[in-house]
Amino acid sequence: MNTWRRPLTLVGLALVPVVVLGVFFVLPVTGMVARGFWPDGDFAPGGVIDVLSRPRTGRVVWFTVWSAGLATLLAVAVGLPAAYVLHRLDFPLRRAIRAALLVPFVLPTVVVGVAFRQLLGEAGPLGFLGLDGTPVAIVAGLVFFNAAVVIRAVGASWESLDARPAEAAAALGASPRQVFLTVTLPSLRPAIISAASVVFLFCATSFGVVLTLGGTRYSSIETEIYLLTTDLLDLPGAAALSIVQLTAVVALLAIAGRLRASADPSVVRVPARPRRPRRSDLGQVVATGLLLAFVAAPLLTLLVGSLQVGDSWSLGNYRALTTTGSQQALLVPVTDALVTSLRTAVDATWISLSLGLLVALAVSRRSRSRAERRIRAVLDGFFMLPLGVSAATLGFGFLITLDSPPLDLRDSPLLVPLAQALVALPLVVRTLVPVLDGIDDRQRQAAASLGAGPLRAVMTVDLPLLWKPLVAASGFAFAASLGEFGATAFLARDDHPTLPVVIFRLIGHPGAMNYGMALAASVVLAVTTAAVMAAVERLRVPSLGAI
Amino acid sequence: MKSISAVLLTCAFATASCSLIGTGDDQEQATAQAGGEVVLVTHESFVLPDEVQAAFEEQSGYDLVVRASGDAGTLTNKLVLTRADPTGDVAFGVDNTFASRALEEGVFEGHDFEAPAGVSAFDLPGDDEHALTPVDNANVCVNVDDTWFEAEGIAAPQTLDDLTDPTYEDLFVLPSAATSSPGLAFLLTTIAAKGDAWPDYWADLMDNGALLTSGWSEAYQGDFTQGGGKGARPIVLSYDSSPAFTVDGKGGTSTSALLDTCFTQVEYAGVLAGAANPEGARALVEFMTGPEVQAALPDSMYVFPVADDTPLPEDWASFAEQPTDPWEVDPAEVAANRDAWLTEWRDVTTG
Repeated sequence: MNTWRRPLTLVGLALVPVVVLGVFFVLPVTGMVARGFWPDGDFAPGGVIDVLSRPRTGRVVWFTVWSAGLATLLAVAVGLPAAYVLHRLDFPLRRAIRAALLVPFVLPTVVVGVAFRQLLGEAGPLGFLGLDGTPVAIVAGLVFFNAAVVIRAVGASWESLDARPAEAAAALGASPRQVFLTVTLPSLRPAIISAASVVFLFCATSFGVVLTLGGTRYSSIETEIYLLTTDLLDLPGAAALSIVQLTAVVALLAIAGRLRASADPSVVRVPARPRRPRRSDLGQVVATGLLLAFVAAPLLTLLVGSLQVGDSWSLGNYRALTTTGSQQALLVPVTDALVTSLRTAVDATWISLSLGLLVALAVSRRSRSRAERRIRAVLDGFFMLPLGVSAATLGFGFLITLDSPPLDLRDSPLLVPLAQALVALPLVVRTLVPVLDGIDDRQRQAAASLGAGPLRAVMTVDLPLLWKPLVAASGFAFAASLGEFGATAFLARDDHPTLPVVIFRLIGHPGAMNYGMALAASVVLAVTTAAVMAAVERLRVPSLGAI
Repeated sequence: MKSISAVLLTCAFATASCSLIGTGDDQEQATAQAGGEVVLVTHESFVLPDEVQAAFEEQSGYDLVVRASGDAGTLTNKLVLTRADPTGDVAFGVDNTFASRALEEGVFEGHDFEAPAGVSAFDLPGDDEHALTPVDNANVCVNVDDTWFEAEGIAAPQTLDDLTDPTYEDLFVLPSAATSSPGLAFLLTTIAAKGDAWPDYWADLMDNGALLTSGWSEAYQGDFTQGGGKGARPIVLSYDSSPAFTVDGKGGTSTSALLDTCFTQVEYAGVLAGAANPEGARALVEFMTGPEVQAALPDSMYVFPVADDTPLPEDWASFAEQPTDPWEVDPAEVAANRDAWLTEWRDVTTG
């Protein structure tokens, strides 16, 4: 009986998420890739193989790998000091700053692109650097969008790190540097690797940044798939690149999985209380300040632009948000689009949180056999895959596979939040798993031997420790949904466009008013995000960590 | 347990008050009329005022449902991929650079009717069954910032050849042909104008410092001197209607379109083969060429009507001048060569 119970629990926990991912991800993507191999109904893999041997494919793959790799390294490098400062030190406004750092994450790339290029472009204050349209600009853009992921994921882990080993090391005479390298860093390693793998996937599949900031000289796998699918309808080509993309993602996940294996999860956690900054924190504080300046510069350009009508200061752009544009370019006022965005984000958040929690619980339990461990590792990687697939592939896949009963879902209003939830799911899982991995299984055993059922054990052992990471994860999911554009633009029903879709439409038309409104709407999106994040961070429970 | 109930409560509250689920289609169902519904599949730039949509519902007795997403290329490919089981009854937004692909794949069903005067002038060459009905048109033209040229004391360029003149070095910004539809239209302009020598023209253009961006927004809003982002380049690729949006309030406009550099984009509507409601689909296609839609096009979608004698907004009538003899490329030729042209174009422009 007992031998069957563990695998059954695993299957039970994972069943719902696996079915959801199977229907809304595996099925559509397989459908599209199959069209590439069977272009006219007959198996003809020649087209796919042909694309793989083109020199251009090699260049595209190489560019994707090095730009995403470099951006990931930089995001980790700048994110670590900031995670420390914002999550371990106590100073005024740190919550506000933490909330504000998620803002880039939700802003539409085309708007940030224009703001970036106002700084870097020929007429901008940094134009003399000549960075516009170079790979440097692309990498900077990727770091701008993704630094928050590192800060939040690593910060959440850092915050709940047991403070005593570091204190013991310090008491034994270790310098702060030694403490960091020998105690703190190894404990943070799972979180860092987790965050880095997510950031790498985001960078490698980023679409807007490469196009907007790189001009047109650079192509990543993602932009290439988009072009092949939506413009040329070269499905064998798109299938070939999708397979390359998926293979690379799987390889990356396997490596990350190995590196992530935590050294000693059996720690009793006494989270450190945030303390006032000391002189020894100066380096980290300065580094965080620089990061903030880097993130704030394009945002300030946006803000200033949104407050100008003609050459004078005005709130006119904001007042216009309740209308449908200077002509009638919009069907609904921007304020309505904001409401749609928020509602969609609520749905996407609860979907991704509930799926993510199930997945995290399923994959983080201690395995008793090698087979069981392997199943958990495969499951773990499986839920990261949505990040590694182009929105174009997924969007077209929805159309051709979800078209007949019982899966006639092409026009379901749930499709948009579901697609967004799938994008956010890896973020949620990656935020929760490192923490769950770190919980001593003996605590659950103790709970069980004291008579607690499995559910009660989860509630009393896992959930109190999960609270903070859950809050962090819900923030991610909410922000990812608010800002999601690729899948949404593919699926959005016209009578209920989301805010990023409306912004995209506004900035895509001439007329000073439309441009001003696009900036103002972006600022509204940014402020809303920051406000929601700040509110979420306030949801705290006093009994936390009292074990 | 206090913490857990707090979580559950928050979740319950959040989902109940602001979820999308259950708030969806009550209204649509309430207004459903006897004739059933007509589903219009279109691209994300589609906008028609509520009054116009209501007018269709009233005149025809059908309920109009609009499903819009993606750009013209995405729309065409969606239609091709779902041709066995279309997601709607009518498609609007396939343009003359993508139309041949849709026709070859048999996406549309023929529908010949007595269209208002002027419409047939925009018929797609080679569309013998009349599967596609023209609805609107717009010309992609090079635009210049007249105030900039006046201030610098230089004459503004006039022709395609002027753009390769060293006088205008580093002044031109345009979206890429590979990632933007006006960009592709300009590539077709140069192919029509220069024939087989078009790659040489592009080499000269790039040597003269032309800047490529990914999309129209990046070029016009980001780099053009009259765009929102106050860029540094006074020559941009845009539309013949754009000067109507840079009106200076003193009876003039600060930009103008170069009418010798234009390529006409025509957007079509058509009845989808296999439509659930072909009757309603035909009514909608006919309505699209009618006076209500035609008059609403400039303000809603920034394009010109195709029906003769449709009144234009004041600024358009004064400042949006249309070319009399734009460049043309046979749509069948575009369909056949798009891939090869784009590959060669990419080689020339990325050096």
